[in-house]
Amino acid sequence: MQFKTHAKTLAVALSLAVVAGCSSSGGTQEGNMDGTAGGTSGQGMTTGQSTSGSQMGAGEQMPSVDTIYFAFDSEEIRPEFESVLNGHAQYLMANPNTNVTLEGYADERGTREYNLGLGERRAQAVEQYLTVQGVSPSQVDIVSYGEERPAVQGHTEEAYAKNRRVVFSY
Amino acid sequence: MKRWTSQGWKALATGWWVSLILLIGLTGTAQAQDLTIEITRGSDQATPIAVVPFEFEGQGGLSEDIARIVSDDLEHSGQFAPLNRSALISLPSSSEDVYYDDWKRVDARYLVVGKVEPQGSDYRIRYELMDVLGGNRMLGETLVSRDGNLRGSAHYISDQIFEAITGIRGAFSTRIAYISASGSGDNARYALYVADADGHNGQQVLSSDDPLLSPSWSPDGQKLAYVSFESGNSAIYVQNAATGERVRLTSFRGINGAPAWSPDGRKLAMSLSKDGQPEIYVMDLASRQLTRLTNNRAIETEPEWSPDGRSLIFTSDRSGAPQLYRMPAGGGQAERLTFTGNYNSDGRFAPDGESIYMVTRDDSGYHVAKQDLETARVTVLTESRWDESPSVAPNGTMVIFATQQGSQGVLGAVSSDGRASFRLPSPQGDVREPAWSPFLN
Repeated sequence: MQFKTHAKTLAVALSLAVVAGCSSSGGTQEGNMDGTAGGTSGQGMTTGQSTSGSQMGAGEQMPSVDTIYFAFDSEEIRPEFESVLNGHAQYLMANPNTNVTLEGYADERGTREYNLGLGERRAQAVEQYLTVQGVSPSQVDIVSYGEERPAVQGHTEEAYAKNRRVVFSY
Repeated sequence: MKRWTSQGWKALATGWWVSLILLIGLTGTAQAQDLTIEITRGSDQATPIAVVPFEFEGQGGLSEDIARIVSDDLEHSGQFAPLNRSALISLPSSSEDVYYDDWKRVDARYLVVGKVEPQGSDYRIRYELMDVLGGNRMLGETLVSRDGNLRGSAHYISDQIFEAITGIRGAFSTRIAYISASGSGDNARYALYVADADGHNGQQVLSSDDPLLSPSWSPDGQKLAYVSFESGNSAIYVQNAATGERVRLTSFRGINGAPAWSPDGRKLAMSLSKDGQPEIYVMDLASRQLTRLTNNRAIETEPEWSPDGRSLIFTSDRSGAPQLYRMPAGGGQAERLTFTGNYNSDGRFAPDGESIYMVTRDDSGYHVAKQDLETARVTVLTESRWDESPSVAPNGTMVIFATQQGSQGVLGAVSSDGRASFRLPSPQGDVREPAWSPFLN
C-alpha cells in the first residue's frame, strides 16, 4: 500500500520506465523499507534537483505546514499531503545542513507499546518519501511517541483523526 | 459514602455507638442504607462474612478503621460479601463473647472480631476468625502495629483471613505502580506512583514533563523498569523504588520500549527498533549484553516471560494485525497463540502459567480477556470500551487494568472469573498502566 503512493508521486515527475523499475523493486514488503529507499534515492535525487531548479524560491523557505495525517491503522501517505511533503523535501535539499526530526503519533486506541510501533511506521513512511525525493537520510531523525502527547484531547473520531500524524520538528 | 473516621471510633468509645444503632433500628431501611459503605457487585456467589468493628481500648480514636479496611479488602476480592454494619447483630470483640446461633441467623458464614489497645506509641491488635457454621475458631493472632502502619496491619489481617478460608495466599499487602498524567501540551505532567493494592498511600516515585510508560516490577519487588521520554526519545530505565536511585539501560535510536523482568530477575526483555522495526530483545542485566530474539518485518513488542522463565509471549502484527505469539526464552520458532478476533495484544501470564490475560478488540471496543492456553477458550472479562494494560495479582485472583470513566483515565480491577469488579478513580488527572507488584513479604 505504502509503495503505491510513492509510485504515484514519482509518476508525476518521472518517466513511466522509472516508475516501473521502482514498482518491481518495491513489490515485496521486504524490499519496501530500506531496499527501496536506498535503491531509488539516486533517481529521486534527479527529480529533486529538477524540481528545486525550477522552484528554488520555495525550497529556501521553511514550509508553514508541519503536520500530515493518516487513516486509522495505516501509514499510507495520503495524496492530499504530498504537496506538503514535497515542500519539506525541497526545503531540506536546499538546506543540506538542516536536520529534521519526524515525530510519529497514533490515536489512543489499542495498547501504548504497539502504538509506539504504529507511530514509528508513519514516521518511517514519511522518511522514505523524503529520501525518494532526494533528501539525505542523514538529515532525518525519527522519534515515535505513539499515543502519548495527543494533539487533541478527547475520545471522538475527529480527535483521533488529528492525533494520527507525523510532525516535522526542525 | 460515609467512611468510619476517627469520629466514628470516638462515638464508639464514648458509648454513642449504642444510640446510633438504636437510631438505625428506629428509622428503618433508608437510614440503614445510608450507612452502607460499599455497593456489592456481582456477589451472588460470594461468601457472606461479618467483620465486626474492632474495639478500641484507648483514649480518643484510631486514625484508621481496621475492620472497615479488612471488610473492603475481602469484598474487593469478589469472593466475599461482607455484611453491612447495620446488619451486625452484636458487637463482640473476642471469640469468648460470640454466640454462633446469632450469626447463623443473619446468614454470616464467617465472623471476624478484634480489639486494639495502645502499647506505648504503638498498638497491639488482636483479631480472631470464626467459622459460624462449624461453630469453631479458625484463626487468632496478636500483632503490634505502629500508628503510621495501621492500614498495613489491616491488609496483613485480610491476607491471613483470605488464606485461612480460601487456601489461596492473600495479595492485599502488595502494591501497584501506575502512571498519572495531567495537563496537556506544554503543561503536561507525568508521574510514576506506587500505592497500596487498594489504591491508598500513593507515593510519587518520579515525575517528568515528558511521557512515562510501561512500569514493570522486578520479581523481588525492589525495582521498577519503565520507559521515559525525558531525553527526547524513548529510553528504558531501572529505578530502586525505595531509594529512587536509577540507571538508564537503553537509549538506542528508535523505540526503546516494553521492559519485562525475567522471573529470576537477571534479565530484561524489551522491544527495540534500533535495527529498523521493533524486535524482541533480552538484556542480561549483569553484563548488559543484548540478544535479539525476533527478526521480522513487523511490530514485535510487549514481551512477557512465562512464570517458569522458559518461554516468552509477545505481540506481533506479522499476520497483518496484532496477535500474541509464544517462543522459547532463548529465541526460536514462534507459535501463534491467539486466533479469536483481529486484535489481541499485551499478553500477561496467570501465575500458574496455564492461561494468559490480554487486550482484545471486538465490535464494542477494547476489553481485557483471558485465554486458556490448553483449550484456547477465550473469556472476555470487562465490558467498557477502552480497557487495556492488564496486570495480574501475584495470587492470580484479580487483574488490574486501565479504563476510562467519562473522559478520565482510571484504574479498574476484575476478578479472574470476571464475576466481580471495582474501580479506583483518581482525585485528579488520568491514571493508567497499572503494574501489580509481586508478593513483598
